[in-house]
Amino acid sequence: MPLIKDGQFVADSWTVLEDEAEIPPNGDVIVSLERYISEVDVLVRRVGRVGVALENTADPEEIAPHLSDIDLISLTFPAFTDGRAYSQARQLRHHLGYGGELRATGSVLADQAGFLTQVGFDTFEVPSGQSIDVWNTASGSVTLAYQRGYEGSRKTRDKLQTSPAPQLTPDCAAVAGQTVPA
Amino acid sequence: MYRYDEFDTTFVRQRVDQFRDQVNRRVSGDLTEEQFRPLRLMNGLYLQLHAYMLRVAIPYGTLNARQMRQLAFIADEYDKGYGHFTTRQNIQFNWPKLPDVPDILEHLADVEMHAIQTSGNCIRNVTADQWAGATADEFEDPRPYAELMRQWSSLHPEFSFLPRKFKIAVTGAAADRAAIAYHDIGLRLKRNAAGETGFEVMVGGGMGRTPMLGATVRDWLQKEELLAYLEAIMRVYNLHGRRDNKYKARIKILVHELGAEEFTRQVEDEYARIDAPRIMPPPQELTRIKTYFAPPAYEELADQSPELARRMNENTDFAQWVDRNVVAHKQAGYAIVNISLKPVGGVPGDASAAQMRAVADLAEDKSLDEIRVTHEQNLVLPHVRKADLYEVWQSLKAHDLADANIGLATDIIACPGLDYCALATARSIPISQDISRRLGDITRQRDVGDLKIKISGCINACGHHHAGHIGILGLEKRGEEYYQITLGGSGDENASIGEIIGPGFSSETVTDAVETIVDTYVGLRQDGETFLDAYRRVGPDPFKEAVYATH
Repeated sequence: MPLIKDGQFVADSWTVLEDEAEIPPNGDVIVSLERYISEVDVLVRRVGRVGVALENTADPEEIAPHLSDIDLISLTFPAFTDGRAYSQARQLRHHLGYGGELRATGSVLADQAGFLTQVGFDTFEVPSGQSIDVWNTASGSVTLAYQRGYEGSRKTRDKLQTSPAPQLTPDCAAVAGQTVPA
Repeated sequence: MYRYDEFDTTFVRQRVDQFRDQVNRRVSGDLTEEQFRPLRLMNGLYLQLHAYMLRVAIPYGTLNARQMRQLAFIADEYDKGYGHFTTRQNIQFNWPKLPDVPDILEHLADVEMHAIQTSGNCIRNVTADQWAGATADEFEDPRPYAELMRQWSSLHPEFSFLPRKFKIAVTGAAADRAAIAYHDIGLRLKRNAAGETGFEVMVGGGMGRTPMLGATVRDWLQKEELLAYLEAIMRVYNLHGRRDNKYKARIKILVHELGAEEFTRQVEDEYARIDAPRIMPPPQELTRIKTYFAPPAYEELADQSPELARRMNENTDFAQWVDRNVVAHKQAGYAIVNISLKPVGGVPGDASAAQMRAVADLAEDKSLDEIRVTHEQNLVLPHVRKADLYEVWQSLKAHDLADANIGLATDIIACPGLDYCALATARSIPISQDISRRLGDITRQRDVGDLKIKISGCINACGHHHAGHIGILGLEKRGEEYYQITLGGSGDENASIGEIIGPGFSSETVTDAVETIVDTYVGLRQDGETFLDAYRRVGPDPFKEAVYATH
């Protein structure tokens, strides 16, 4: 699958390892959460980085004790309308302070790109045939965000300090900010 | 009223351009209909039985004259000269063509409006008490919080692909006119012993095939915490709401299956982990929004108007209209005027472009440039001087907008039903028209008094039948429409879910059944007892006996 990072196709150094497959002595591998937990000793002692694939029903808390040993977490969208991984990403970045690569896999479409970036994804496995121009146009089409405290380059109102103060009549100004009496 | 600043304007324009690009990709074939569908739905565009339907957001039902005129322009230019006001305080246009939709959105952006998230599995238009900021029974104006939530929910990066649609309503008054108990999240501003206002947070109400009333998950939430707390609720729902069955995907099912206590625990756990100060707007932001909702420039007036009293004495029709359609304003000398979009035999919620312009003119001249849309599909002029009421009534009369039936039997809520909707199983508009004609005599209506009849054309309950004093649900069996009747529902502060009285009725007999129910009430009521009071006292049996004995 083509991989997009920072608006460009990039080479993918990672191999997804099926649960039955032998663990290679080197190279970057992505394993399931179950395998990671059961074979963590082997995995952390080998040469090469380790990534973990989480199902979208998994609680990110399960991987919390290991986050410092993990270089990549992949989260999946079985259908692009299934938005659970947005919240998993948010929990990983925001609650658990995960700073490694966060990869979106599955049904990942250009029109989701902006949202995915905002919740903290930084690499995107896209269907073959995805045009990079369409991806970049779609992901950059909105540059502003009302939600504070999310990631990405969309600017919140506080960061776009070009807004003039509202034009008020003296009447209005006098009561601005006050609770309206019952 | 809220006004866009540069940020809001740029945001909405970008959204229009984004949608134009999506439409172009659909037209060119780059997007399949399956891929396009959720994208168009997130912008209020449905594919209905006969054509596309565009639902335009009227945030918490508030608009000004300029905006109403633009809706009239769109109705003339892109529809068949009318629009349909909905139970979510929005307006629908039934005949737009797909390539025209980006242009319509452009026209809306010109007047600070949009169609963002009026459908799709995302947070929908936030609704509020239609009399907010004007009504005498208010603790605090809910509109600044509704606007805060409108902004926060718009293109939310985390909550745009929820298990199912999500509806939030807020009220700041003692009487609940926003039906908060029937919402995914219902918010009630209330006052504590120290005189502070805060929110009661209810979660898990809803209609559809499994009607439920919301459970209180927080009895008291500081107002500043609102968005952070909503984020916690939404995250629990986004992660754990059911996605295996569309009919079990609303948050009410999650709350029901977990139990309110366990659901609350999960929300509070999540909330404890949220870095609230990072999410909450700085205090100056709420102040900025509140500034726009400061009271308008009222004149200092005596509360009583001799002019009004004289006109009411002279003209019974006018006096009856004042009695039903005009309610108390918190400012001395002013009144709230409700405009009925329910002429006898008409289509509930429909307004012609000419009527929209007439209302816009009146708003500008007589209501400090404000209009409201109610979830009961009527309009409101919220700030009319009592001395102007007669003139306003005459203008409304000239445009067939002076029906004095607010809250009466013919003030019926009905969904579009099988005449328009792709989901409907039965017609609702013709049934509503039939009942309205049958019960339409104004003397009889006034004698019957407060009565809410609500009609849905399918189990999804867009016509709010569960909350109707008399609810009617249109279904289909072996190619025949039939209508189930429920009694005793209510969407107010004493909310209840209507109970089915028995086997359904055909389209020919359902009006007879409704009339029998009304007559039964008239026969058994005690002094001053409304239909709902009487039903709650005597229960369904007398009504069942009367209906099934005669039909």
